[in-house]
Amino acid sequence: MHTELTDTEIIKRILKGDQAIFAILVQRYQQYVFTLVHRFTDNREDAEEISQDIFVKAYRSLADFRGDSKFSTWLYTVVRTSCITFLRKKKLDTTSIDNERTALQLENRESGFNANAIEQKSRHAMVNEAIRLLSPDDSQLITLFYKGEQSLDEIGRIMGLEPNTVKVKLHRARHRLKEKMEKHFSYEIRELHND
Amino acid sequence: MNTQQPMEDRLWDYIDGFCSPTERSAIETLIAENREWQQKYTELLHTHQLLNSSELEAPSMRFTKNVMEEIGRYHVAPATRSYINKNIIRGIGAFFLTMIAGLFVYVLSQFKWSGGSSGSTSGPSLRLPSVDNLGLEKINYAKAFNSTWVIAFMLIVIVMGWMLLDMYLQQKKNQSAKQP
Repeated sequence: MHTELTDTEIIKRILKGDQAIFAILVQRYQQYVFTLVHRFTDNREDAEEISQDIFVKAYRSLADFRGDSKFSTWLYTVVRTSCITFLRKKKLDTTSIDNERTALQLENRESGFNANAIEQKSRHAMVNEAIRLLSPDDSQLITLFYKGEQSLDEIGRIMGLEPNTVKVKLHRARHRLKEKMEKHFSYEIRELHND
Repeated sequence: MNTQQPMEDRLWDYIDGFCSPTERSAIETLIAENREWQQKYTELLHTHQLLNSSELEAPSMRFTKNVMEEIGRYHVAPATRSYINKNIIRGIGAFFLTMIAGLFVYVLSQFKWSGGSSGSTSGPSLRLPSVDNLGLEKINYAKAFNSTWVIAFMLIVIVMGWMLLDMYLQQKKNQSAKQP
C-alpha cells in the first residue's frame, strides 16, 4: 500500500512526476504542522491557512530536500520560518514570554471553565491550553520534543540552536509551563492528583 | 560530578534519559533516600506524563483536499543548486577581492615608508612607519581620483556591476516566463 511508503520513497516518486502521492505526506504530517502553527498563531483560521501554505511551499521546494535529515525535520524548518514571517507581518513580539492577550482570553474563559465545564474539559485540552499560554518559542520547543518525534539535535537544526541550548531552553519551557498550569489550572491539577 | 547543577535540571535529564549510567544511579539513590528529591521527581514526572498525553490538533476535514487543489497549480521547482551558477558566485568573489587588493596596493603605494627611529646600524632591521609619519596628510586625493588608472578601474567596477545586475534581471525574467 501507498501508506507504507517511507517519506524518502514518496519524495522520489513526487520528483518523478507523481504529484498525487504528495497527499500521503499531507495526511501524515498535517496534524503536527497544524498543531505547531496553531500554537504559534492562536487563531484556527490563520493556522489552517498558514499550514496550507507550508505544504505548498514544501511541495514546491521538494527538490531542495537532500535527505540528510528526516523529512519531518526539514518540514518543521519550513513551519518555523513561515510562522516567524507570519508573526513579523502581524508585528508580534516572538520573544515575549507572556502572551498577555492569550492570558486574558484564558482568564475570561476560566470563569466559565471552573463553574460549568470542568468535567467536559479533558486533561488534553488543559495541557493544550497551557502550552498555548507559553511564548511561541517555548510552545514550539515542547511540541517538537513531545509530539514531533524530534531529538535535541534535530530541534537544534530546526530552531538554529546548539543541542545543549535546546536542552536548557526545554528545561526552562517546562518550568514555565508548570508555573502557567499552577496559576491557571490549579483546580484541575488538584482534581487530576485526586483521580 | 555535576552536583552543583540544580536538582530540577538533573531530574529532567534523568526523566528524559539524557544522563550517563553513573549519574542515573546517583539520581536513583537520591530519589530513594531523599524526601525532597522524591517529591520533586513525582512532580516533574507528572508534568512529563501530562505533556506526553497531550494530543495533536487536527485541521478541517477538507485540509488535504485544499492542499492538493492548491499544489495542482504548481510544479516542483528545480533544486536551488541546479540553477545557481557557481561561476557567478566565484565571479562576485573575484570582483570584491580585486577591488580590495587594488585599493590595498594603491593605499600602500601612497605611504611614506621612511619614518621611524633609526637605532643600531649593526645589521638590517625592520622599520615600521610610526603613525605620525605615515604621511596620510600628504596624499593627494584630487590627483588620485583624476588618475587615468583609477578612472579606468572605477569604470571596470561599474561595468561589472551593470553586468551582474543584467544577469540577475535576465534570470528573474526567465523564471517568471517558466511559471504557468
